[in-house]
Amino acid sequence: MSGALAVLAVEEPLLEVTGLTKRYGGRIGCTDVAFDLWPGEVLGIVGESGSGKTTLLRCLAGELAPEEGRVDYTGGAGTVDVLAMTEPERRRLMRTEWALVHQNPRDGLRLGVSAGANVGERLMAAGWRHYGRIRETAADWLGRVEIDPTRIDERPTAFSGGMQQRLQIARNLVTGPRLVLMDEPTGGLDVSVQARLLDLIRGLVRDLGLSAIVVTHDLAVVRLLADRLVVMKEGRIVESGLTDQVLDDPQHAYTQLLVSSVLRV
Amino acid sequence: MTVTDYNFAYLDERTKKMIRRAILKGVAIPGYQVPFASREMPMPYGWGTGGVQVTAACLEPTDTLKVIDQGADDTTNAVSIRKFFERTAGVAVTTSTEEATIIQTRHRIPEADLSEGQILVYQVPIPEPLRFLEPREPETRRMHALEEYGLMQVKLYEDISRHGHIATTYAYPVMVEDRYVMDPSPIPKFDNPKLSDCAAIQLFGAGREQRIYAIPPYTTVVSLDFEDHPFERGGTGHCCALCGARDSYLDEVITDDAGSRLFVCSDTAFCEARRAAGHVGPGAPAGFGEDAA
Amino acid sequence: MEPMIVVEGAAKTFTLHQQGGIALPVMEGAALRVMPGECVALTGPSGVGKSTLMRMIYGNYLAAEGSVRVAGLEIRGARARDILTLRRETLGYVSQFLRVVPRVPCIDVVAEPLTALGVGVEEARGRAGTLLRRLNIPEALWSLSPLTFSGGEQQRVNIARGFVHAYPAMLLDEPTASLDAANRAEVLALIEEAKARGAAIVGIFHDAEARARVCDRELDVGVFAPAQPVSG
Repeated sequence: MSGALAVLAVEEPLLEVTGLTKRYGGRIGCTDVAFDLWPGEVLGIVGESGSGKTTLLRCLAGELAPEEGRVDYTGGAGTVDVLAMTEPERRRLMRTEWALVHQNPRDGLRLGVSAGANVGERLMAAGWRHYGRIRETAADWLGRVEIDPTRIDERPTAFSGGMQQRLQIARNLVTGPRLVLMDEPTGGLDVSVQARLLDLIRGLVRDLGLSAIVVTHDLAVVRLLADRLVVMKEGRIVESGLTDQVLDDPQHAYTQLLVSSVLRV
Repeated sequence: MTVTDYNFAYLDERTKKMIRRAILKGVAIPGYQVPFASREMPMPYGWGTGGVQVTAACLEPTDTLKVIDQGADDTTNAVSIRKFFERTAGVAVTTSTEEATIIQTRHRIPEADLSEGQILVYQVPIPEPLRFLEPREPETRRMHALEEYGLMQVKLYEDISRHGHIATTYAYPVMVEDRYVMDPSPIPKFDNPKLSDCAAIQLFGAGREQRIYAIPPYTTVVSLDFEDHPFERGGTGHCCALCGARDSYLDEVITDDAGSRLFVCSDTAFCEARRAAGHVGPGAPAGFGEDAA
Repeated sequence: MEPMIVVEGAAKTFTLHQQGGIALPVMEGAALRVMPGECVALTGPSGVGKSTLMRMIYGNYLAAEGSVRVAGLEIRGARARDILTLRRETLGYVSQFLRVVPRVPCIDVVAEPLTALGVGVEEARGRAGTLLRRLNIPEALWSLSPLTFSGGEQQRVNIARGFVHAYPAMLLDEPTASLDAANRAEVLALIEEAKARGAAIVGIFHDAEARARVCDRELDVGVFAPAQPVSG
């Protein structure tokens, strides 16, 4: 059974978000956000700038502390409210079972060390102490994200933007996380490069049975990557459902506006 | 200016109290960098102000002080600091490791075994072992607090990938009591094994960076490495030309313009003591070392 | 034997918020039963709602009322993951347009429904190749992205992808459009083979001949036209 299928046989959601609210003083970042995510599913969160989608992602990633709400995660050790975790527990979670892929790969990489060290860092943080094995695993992952493994000792500054993004993905996936949070994974990349990256992400998600939450304003990206979609406007979820259903038969006025605004080439 | 114009050992008593509190915290949490309010000293930053403040706080009138710089008692810095304490504290001074009760050192650990009741004070330039890979102070503090030391292993990994072996030869990072990663100051890695299970109290002072840390007696200190690239203390394979010692840290000395060289013990007191006891090395050119003897 | 596809009292209205909120009722009271091994053709003039009804069965459009059941799963209100599982294992859909991820080779586009089910890559590609050969897509093209193919070639890749897995239920929207006689015949053969293995099929065929050959009965979607006029 492939990773995806084994994971889909499970009967409990991987993540259950309820009543998530984050305010910036009097302003609303996001309010009363609720959704669940199942193993092997990719959820797209779409909206324009100011919709609250990035605030939501940052709350999930632990970068912001929401005022209200719960984020119940069912991982290796039973179900736990991630928001109630201590900082060390949270940081360990983000290095092992969860991963965060930043929009700008430079935010998610160590530019001063080699590609191999970037990919191997989480392994070393997890206690791996055999140089040979660390290097082998790093080289394997570089191959999986289509970076020539002979470039393992080069710094990320020698890589193109697309390669840096793929390196960031390898760095995040090396510890076998269950949930990957992605913030505009193709933002800032050339169109041709985007296609390759999306294809890679799709393949990895499927082969590894990953769950992912992809935040983006680009409907083409969610069409390709996401099984389900959630549309945000002014901090709230205004519509949700299967990706193709929300995009082909949008119900909410805002969703219809978004969909109709997309240029078709 | 006479000695009586200064308080004993230069610093006022309140300052010493503050420093001693920091030292006690450091001893209570081996390897943890304790912030302290470093004072202005009559020497610039980078010349041992941290070590001098720690020594000043520990000194008592009955102490015997030894000061070494790169293992030698007679280099400029060692001489200056020793004279400083002679003038401001009036304590007895010595070049003998065994006789000293407090030893202040720059970048070496004495060869002779230390004993209970002795204090070894190290001068530290950069106390944070993670600094060069993570420039942000709040982040390194968090890493120590959360025991997130993956980055330290990354540094060693980079060394091996670039040089084929761990290229760090001094200030080699260590793990103290299985909890804190520590920079042992720029001592050669040859000295690292002596950090562990030492009978004396080891104190580390960084004046410019305002940190004090400590290794209490009989603490386990392990040098970081990989399973397939274990820590090696290294060594030249030579023996001391003067006293014949095979297992002390050696300095390489160029003796003439043709590039002839000699290896001699870096720890001058150790070498002298061996020669006084009758050990002889393979020899030095005539006249070499007579001034120091 | 239970019917594979059951639609009862389904209705659909499009509300166009961008145009002042006009409501366009498209159908009401739609009903359909398809047994395993049966092929039902949806007929009626353009715009009457044939594709709409098909999309409601697939879950691509939301039915406003009524019941839409496939293999016993009530599509209306079903959990996303249940519909996704249904689409992966049970319900196939060949639309009029090929929508593909850029840069994926043709052979993998066709093999994907099988790999998604856990079939090994080699076997999946093998079965995909067999179908592509039947539909006259030369092997030289298999490693290229279908985005560069002609309309007819894309349609045949689309069909191959739709038939590579033996779905118990299938929705076919104009499967023979833009095909020449030889390929059309091949596609009709595929449909007949699917019926023979017990698949329940709903199809839209402009071509009366094709309809006559593979379909057991016809359903005029026009009978579900809404009674009220367009409201503003």
